[in-house]
Amino acid sequence: MRLALTVNGQRRSIACPPMKRLIDVLREDLGLTGTKEGCGEGECGACTVLLDGAAVNACLIPVGQVGGGRVETVESLGRPGRLAPLQEAFLENGAAQCGICTPGMLMAAAAYVRAGGRASDAAIRTALAGNLCRCTGYAHIVRAVARAARSRRVRPPR
Amino acid sequence: MTAVGRNARRREGPEKLCGVAHYVDDTPLPGCLHGATLRTTIPRGRIVRIAFDPAFPWQECVIARAEDIAGLNRVALIEADQPLLVEREVRHAAEPILLVAHPSRARALAALEHVQVEYEEEQPVLDPEKSEVVFKRFDVARGDVARGLSEADVIVEGTFRLPHQEHAYIETNGAAAFWEADGSLVVIGSLQCPYYVQKALKGIFGLTERQVRVIQAATGGGFGGKEEYPNMICAHAALLARKAGRPVKVVYDRQEDMLATTKRHPAVIRHRTGVARDGRLVAQDIDVLMDGGAYVTLSPVVLSRGTLHATGPYACPNVRIQSRVVATNTPPNGAFRGFGAPQTLFAAELQMDRVAAALGVDPLELRRRNVLGPGATLAVGQVLRESVGAAKALEACVKRSRYAARRRACSAWNRRAGAPSWRGVGLSIAHHGAGFTGSGEVYLASRAAVSLTRHGEVRVLAASTEFGQGTTTMFAQIAAASLGLPVELVSVATPDTSQVPNSGPTVASRTTMIVGRLVRQAALDLKAALVEAAGAVPATRAGLLAAARALCEGEPERRFEARYEKPEGVAWDDATYTGDAYEAYSYAAMAVELEIDRTTYEVRVRHATVAADIGTVIHPLFAEGQVIGGVVQGLGYALLESAVYEGGAMKNPRLTDYVIPTSLDTPRIDVVFVPAPYSRGPFGAKGVGELPMDVPGPAVAAAVHHALGVFIPELPITPERIAAALHGAA
Repeated sequence: MRLALTVNGQRRSIACPPMKRLIDVLREDLGLTGTKEGCGEGECGACTVLLDGAAVNACLIPVGQVGGGRVETVESLGRPGRLAPLQEAFLENGAAQCGICTPGMLMAAAAYVRAGGRASDAAIRTALAGNLCRCTGYAHIVRAVARAARSRRVRPPR
Repeated sequence: MTAVGRNARRREGPEKLCGVAHYVDDTPLPGCLHGATLRTTIPRGRIVRIAFDPAFPWQECVIARAEDIAGLNRVALIEADQPLLVEREVRHAAEPILLVAHPSRARALAALEHVQVEYEEEQPVLDPEKSEVVFKRFDVARGDVARGLSEADVIVEGTFRLPHQEHAYIETNGAAAFWEADGSLVVIGSLQCPYYVQKALKGIFGLTERQVRVIQAATGGGFGGKEEYPNMICAHAALLARKAGRPVKVVYDRQEDMLATTKRHPAVIRHRTGVARDGRLVAQDIDVLMDGGAYVTLSPVVLSRGTLHATGPYACPNVRIQSRVVATNTPPNGAFRGFGAPQTLFAAELQMDRVAAALGVDPLELRRRNVLGPGATLAVGQVLRESVGAAKALEACVKRSRYAARRRACSAWNRRAGAPSWRGVGLSIAHHGAGFTGSGEVYLASRAAVSLTRHGEVRVLAASTEFGQGTTTMFAQIAAASLGLPVELVSVATPDTSQVPNSGPTVASRTTMIVGRLVRQAALDLKAALVEAAGAVPATRAGLLAAARALCEGEPERRFEARYEKPEGVAWDDATYTGDAYEAYSYAAMAVELEIDRTTYEVRVRHATVAADIGTVIHPLFAEGQVIGGVVQGLGYALLESAVYEGGAMKNPRLTDYVIPTSLDTPRIDVVFVPAPYSRGPFGAKGVGELPMDVPGPAVAAAVHHALGVFIPELPITPERIAAALHGAA
């Protein structure tokens, strides 16, 4: 089947089986390999993307369900030479180590900050509870998200 | 301003944060096929017949079998006992039999369903205590343990049991391979040790060193789990690629990764400890048994490190340690952060709490009485000459955590009628040797280089890999500080065996102390050459470019290489297993406060404090990240992580059922560094990676004892175990 999606602000038309997972469409059909697969069953959150603004596990979503939807991936945030404030907060606070959970963690954090989430340790930990990180022990990630929550900025200034 | 001791920006951080860093599965390889692995399903026996479903379109697939292996069908490590593909004899229930490649990963996996394997089954050995096959044993003796025990006022005995632990790196094992027209092999992998992979591939394909190029892709976590297994998966990808004549990627899904790759060694450890009435240790009699799984892999050296840490960070005049690692028909266990020490230190530390309870003294006082200090002699005869921060770490931890006040507060809470929980505070200390054990570093003879390119670029060349620890940034800091340059003027090469010298594996808390020292030496040699050529080290790009013209003499680069040399006065004797087991040790103390729900027995960690002596701290933020990350992995080991085995195979190979800590399971963790610099470490630095893994297990078990009044000498301490401890066996 063919379906239309808005991915990172661009309208895309994709021909693929409706049961193909959103993560595979992003990685294979659109070449957006920033979204990672860690477990394939919605436990680790490495594949977190935003679907119509809400954080979802792209490994659990058949693409046929999201026709007409608006998808945002890590590639929508910043570029290496021009990091978004949220990414800058991650970098400065040591929130990315091996980096494999980072794209999903950033998207979960972006949803939290955009929704007006506070710089509260407990609230941030709850918001990130669906994203596993095996390197950091979470403290530096929580600190980075608190920093971004205080400045309320996710994207780079235009 | 010196580049050391500052939080330099993570070198590869921006690429990782923008999703443009290439991990193996992200690496573009036009025309590549995807490989899948058919595995054994019985723990022991023989393959009698392999049948391919004639209805399946096999012409779409490339199949590689043992007979396709040009060289030796063995994955070389310490012993060459593990086959790359099983031919007949089956030793565990996740062994690779054959490989299938297909342009579609889903089709490759589907093809495996169309192969039938017939076995002749044999009775497996699954219990290490019943195994008769010993891979390795060590015997350590100091003083006279029998006399020590006979002279002791109190003797305490204890048995401790440690489980498998899964690394649970969020990126599974994976590799890509292709063959060049000239018959040489290129492998790109998620790996810790590029030169280990090169060595294994040479033997399997009958190639020379120059014909095997191994490149590290961005690597999504390792923790030891990508120390040895990449030899296997890289060779599988290469074998398929050779047969296919096209690039092949093999990337495991989570279930296959958990079923087939290594785990932390389970262990059973017995202590008999003699103490004087005043708390002085007079005898430690220790027996260590580890389960190696079906092949030797790294078990002898895991056992060695475990043995060398088995006394805990204490001085005792009479010690006997008898240790062995045995074979079972389970997937091989291997390297995992701490490398045998978290197991033996759990036993040693919880035993101290048992001794304290038997003597009726506070566990802190017992530790103060016996903790290692400068001049102390270890069981293998090593005299600690310098950089011994154990007592300093203990006192800093006690102070920061307000140990005594919190102990009292928890005891008072537990006496309150109607309190919804029990609370407890526990303490532990650990030492952790940096670098390879014994003569290991001498045999490795590692090399690292710093070069000045003709474009005026200062480059660090080392095989040490980055998988989150901060290796790349830290090397840039060490080179920059040695040269007196700003860190931005130093670049670090990607580990690629065709570009960088063999710096040894990225394991054993050796990267900063051992390889960092080599980087510093090489940088100092470059500095001397620059001073000779230009009078000083130019501190600008333009100045470096001008100096490069003089130094490179038309060559692309001028390279200064340093090679490991055994420091004077450091001696180890393999034959007697005595001497300086490690050049230096790092030390950590941890206090943990937790509470246990009186109805559900769920444990919640309220707070943790860690004080650590890792020598000079090169990058405070990354060092803190290592400590917090390691502590949380250790809290998972202590409380949550349970790999269930049935019939020799992991029954819960999924992140749904094998639970690791989330942000909500993790407490606030305070970290204090109390550096006791090591004179031969780069700028006084020692190792940090493994140390934080050693302390959470025993601290948690001690806190559980404080809360409940019973010892649970087995991890993980789940609500079920607590119920059993309180009410008798479930």
